[in-house]
Amino acid sequence: MDVVDRLLGKKTTEGNGHLPEDAGLITDAASLTAQRTPWQSVQLARELRRPHSIEVIDGLFEKFQELHGDRGYRDDPAVVGGIAELDGVGPVVVVAQQRGSTTEENIARSFGMPYPEGYRKAIRLYRMAEKFHLPLVTLVDTPGAYPGPEAEERGQAEAIAKSIATMCGLQTPIVAIILGEGGSGGALALAVGDVVLALQNAIYSVISPEGAAAILWRSATEAERAANALKLAASDLLRLGIVDGLIPEPAGGAHTDPQATIGAIKSALIVQLDRLGRIPIADLLAARYERYRHIGVVVEPLPGAVPVAKKEPFWRRIMRPA
Amino acid sequence: MPFGRQRKEFPSHLWTQCPTCGEMLFNKQLVRNHNVCTKCDHHFRLGARERIELLVDKGSFTEHDTELTSGDPLGFSDQKPYPVRIQQSQAKSGEKDAAICGTAMIDENAVELAVMDFDFMGGSMGSVVGEKLTRAAERALANRTPLLIVSSSGGARMQEGTLSLMQMAKILGALHRLDEAGLPYFSILTDPTTGGVLASFASLGDIIFAEPNALVGFSGARVTSETIGEKLPKGFQRAEFVLEHGFIDQVVPRAQLRDRIAYFLNAFRPSARDLRWSL
Ligand SMILES: [Zn+2]
Repeated sequence: MDVVDRLLGKKTTEGNGHLPEDAGLITDAASLTAQRTPWQSVQLARELRRPHSIEVIDGLFEKFQELHGDRGYRDDPAVVGGIAELDGVGPVVVVAQQRGSTTEENIARSFGMPYPEGYRKAIRLYRMAEKFHLPLVTLVDTPGAYPGPEAEERGQAEAIAKSIATMCGLQTPIVAIILGEGGSGGALALAVGDVVLALQNAIYSVISPEGAAAILWRSATEAERAANALKLAASDLLRLGIVDGLIPEPAGGAHTDPQATIGAIKSALIVQLDRLGRIPIADLLAARYERYRHIGVVVEPLPGAVPVAKKEPFWRRIMRPA
Repeated sequence: MPFGRQRKEFPSHLWTQCPTCGEMLFNKQLVRNHNVCTKCDHHFRLGARERIELLVDKGSFTEHDTELTSGDPLGFSDQKPYPVRIQQSQAKSGEKDAAICGTAMIDENAVELAVMDFDFMGGSMGSVVGEKLTRAAERALANRTPLLIVSSSGGARMQEGTLSLMQMAKILGALHRLDEAGLPYFSILTDPTTGGVLASFASLGDIIFAEPNALVGFSGARVTSETIGEKLPKGFQRAEFVLEHGFIDQVVPRAQLRDRIAYFLNAFRPSARDLRWSL
């Protein structure tokens, strides 16, 4: 949040607004004491009783009106979106991924795995937020984009890419919140924001721990080890600068007290939208660009400081056993 | 192990068998034909350096960001530590990471060119690839030149975790600026272009070309076939399949690729009206 704070000229933790700046938000990774292993976070993030998007939307907003369809193919039930009112902020556009709390519900919503038309519905609603100058709130909770052949035929990759690109340039404030599982590109398609928050036990990863275990360890039973290695827990994401703050959960996890969890999300959301609403849109877009521009770790020695690694001579390559 | 690579790793072999028509091809002849079967036009993979040579005006390529190498932000280790994996890939390929970027001329048009290198950890995209491609897009914007990215990648690099995923947003942010500035971006898909690379910059070119029979898909075929519990149809996720479903402009044989790019570069050359602003 450094760039946003700089734009706001923020000096103290109270800022210049009327709300305490970070109302209960955990923004300092050092202040976190290790409570759970990454694998325990994976379990909690996938907990069936964990509050899912529709329950969270009902708790956060008043008068939610759902809007359906991508205007191209069909309405994808794994993506839910519409207009709702937020206390002290006014109407907002909300777009979320919805997974089920029961097997039936999960089948109906394809386990929260959107099809291309789900992402195209999301893009349609992003554009609506921009057109009517409404802030955009997204809730991320998906194992990933649906991987079936119909999704491939209808351009899953293109839909995700366009969704990400649209968010990069969207001329309205965006707050993205990782509620549970942030699964790869299918999650990122809803998660580009000026401020990205995560619940304390949420996870966000380039690949599922099971997927990584199958590829890197050639065994699905190594998922726990993969979860540790991938640094997918919320505290790691905060440390890496991928999320800006963590929303605290009750001691036993969000599902033990959904009301308290949703209350914490709500106060965090109001504060963030209030800050973002005070920034001119051109500055906001510049800050959004900078936010992503600086994510990643590269090593670049001064020119000429390090000798260039030579290509191995061909005789060594052919003599190495295959 | 894909056939095209096997040939590269055993240079003592004089010939390669074409997996499509079964013809025995002399390696020298194959290289001269840019790794395309002389009998049936089967496209073997082409290395990143050879690709650059194929596309640009002779001697016009100036490489940038040559010293960028990967860190180990997660302290990642699977069968071996990530830094060891990087060192081994560097020693094997002679490259620092999985993308080569530079400024070049194509048919006397200045372009920014970025070519992914499948021989380096499967062309996977971590922070270095993300940074290099973003810089290439930023250079194109600063110099008001078109950008060309040749993809060849299995997707995001697992060893850098969520940081790899974020590179998708980073590059797309830069491409968005290029788009707003009215500068052309060409995306060339070569075998294979999958996962997070296809689900970001590779899918959003003003012009998207793919090489014949290149694997182009979001999910691994194994995952997809497990999802439906049956075998996938022949040609699934191949360039021609993706063309038929409307997500690429043309399937272009390697021998015609350079001229086809040049045609569109010339067609999209900034008009006199745009030039007024740069005077
Ligand atoms: Zn052949």
